[in-house]
Amino acid sequence: MKTIYIMWLRELKRYLRSKSRIVGSLGQPVLFLLALGYGLGSTFQKAGQGNYIDFLAPGIVGMTIIFTSIFSGIQVIWDRQFGFLKETMVAPVSRFNIMIGRTLGGATIATIQGIIVFCLALIPGFRPQNWFMIFPLILIMLLVGTMFTALGTAIASQLEDMQGFQLIMNFLVMPLFFLSGAIFPLSGLPPVLVLITKFDPLSYGIDAFRILLSNSGVYSLTLDISVLVIITLIFLSVGSYLFSKVQI
Amino acid sequence: MSNIIEVKNLKKQFGDFTAVNDISFEVKAGEIFAFLGPNGAGKSTTIKMLTTLLSPTSGSIILNNNNPVENPNAVRHSFGIVFQDPSLDDELTAWENLEFHGVLYNIEKGLRRKRIEELMKFVELWDRKNSLVKEFSGGMKRRLEIARGLLHHPKILFLDEPTIGLDPQTRNHMWTYLEELNKSEGITIFFTTHYMEEASKIAKRIAIIDHGKIIATGTSEELQIKTETSSLEEAFLKLTGNVIREEGANATDKLRAHRQWRGGGKR
Repeated sequence: MKTIYIMWLRELKRYLRSKSRIVGSLGQPVLFLLALGYGLGSTFQKAGQGNYIDFLAPGIVGMTIIFTSIFSGIQVIWDRQFGFLKETMVAPVSRFNIMIGRTLGGATIATIQGIIVFCLALIPGFRPQNWFMIFPLILIMLLVGTMFTALGTAIASQLEDMQGFQLIMNFLVMPLFFLSGAIFPLSGLPPVLVLITKFDPLSYGIDAFRILLSNSGVYSLTLDISVLVIITLIFLSVGSYLFSKVQI
Repeated sequence: MSNIIEVKNLKKQFGDFTAVNDISFEVKAGEIFAFLGPNGAGKSTTIKMLTTLLSPTSGSIILNNNNPVENPNAVRHSFGIVFQDPSLDDELTAWENLEFHGVLYNIEKGLRRKRIEELMKFVELWDRKNSLVKEFSGGMKRRLEIARGLLHHPKILFLDEPTIGLDPQTRNHMWTYLEELNKSEGITIFFTTHYMEEASKIAKRIAIIDHGKIIATGTSEELQIKTETSSLEEAFLKLTGNVIREEGANATDKLRAHRQWRGGGKR
């Protein structure tokens, strides 16, 4: 328990100390929110889909979470490069606990970023239908954050250096984000795309956000949560297995 | 005195490359033991196997009566280590780095805080306890790492080229401290270095490794008599030859080069 706590605390301290990381990682979601929100808003409305900002905001919260959490997971490579990983690897504690602590830390950071973006989305006029839904929303944010930090850790355990980072961004994170229904509705898509979005775990996260915030999801909350829990458990087991096999 | 480290027929292969080839040696409890060899000879690989970071291809290791492969956590409790490259968290303060270590090694809070204060005073960093490690010089980082390696009162302290990049003052201070600790606490010290003078002066026994094999062991005098030379440096060169060794760039070097090339990075 202590191991998990101290690893979690370390992630959080590092996050709170790098102000540039906090501000920097908010730039992209805000840009998406404003550029897409205002840029496509009127077209979206004319197509009879309602207010685009209301639709987009949960998607951008999801985007913030996937980017932040995968990046947190990838930090394993950074720790390997700059030596700190060795310190944790020679410590007499189980690597499973180290991995869990790191992952929960990453998930917490992602959730904080998600909440900040949620608040920023209020400025261009986004309003949740029921403010009390924020509490279950935060729990689902944590779940999605845990899922993707574990995925990031699993991948990072297999990589020697940061060279593969662009590969992960372009062939994993970007597709997961664009094919999740974060920026377009999942209804009325070509069948191939429908199939792909069904395999994208992020779409269930964003769908759950939409159900809670604007009551407009395409799946049911039960399905969303079940899929998220199952995928999170899979990623956690794979991630902790690969992390425990890391040799320096 | 009993042996605290016993290595028998230890071997490590990476693909076709044999980094450590069938080595055997013992280190007695309370001894200061130096492990010398040219770059790429297998020193760091051996230390990694002794400290549970790598699993051997074959052969056996007994460290403080435990096997690192079968019982890694018992072994991990019994040693402290100062790595060749810094392994501190730059974004945490000096004190936080030690606190983190203390929690991982499950040292009870009161005792932990007391030892952190003692050790930080000892390495003369107590007045900098709340500074972030990234503000520290190389020597200060080394001192902090030594303090950290000793925090859980290990039986063995591994030092992988601990004095590299340190000025003579810091080096001297460090060894005085470590020798004192060796005498008062009986802590076994296992170190590697490229400074032959240092090895000759500090180590009670020396092993010379080259191309993954131990080619000589003994005291500095024994090695000199054996090779009919008058200093350890000459003995070392006679044993290992004058050819300069090439070592493959590791991932960190590659990354640093990459960052420099991109014009970014603080390092």
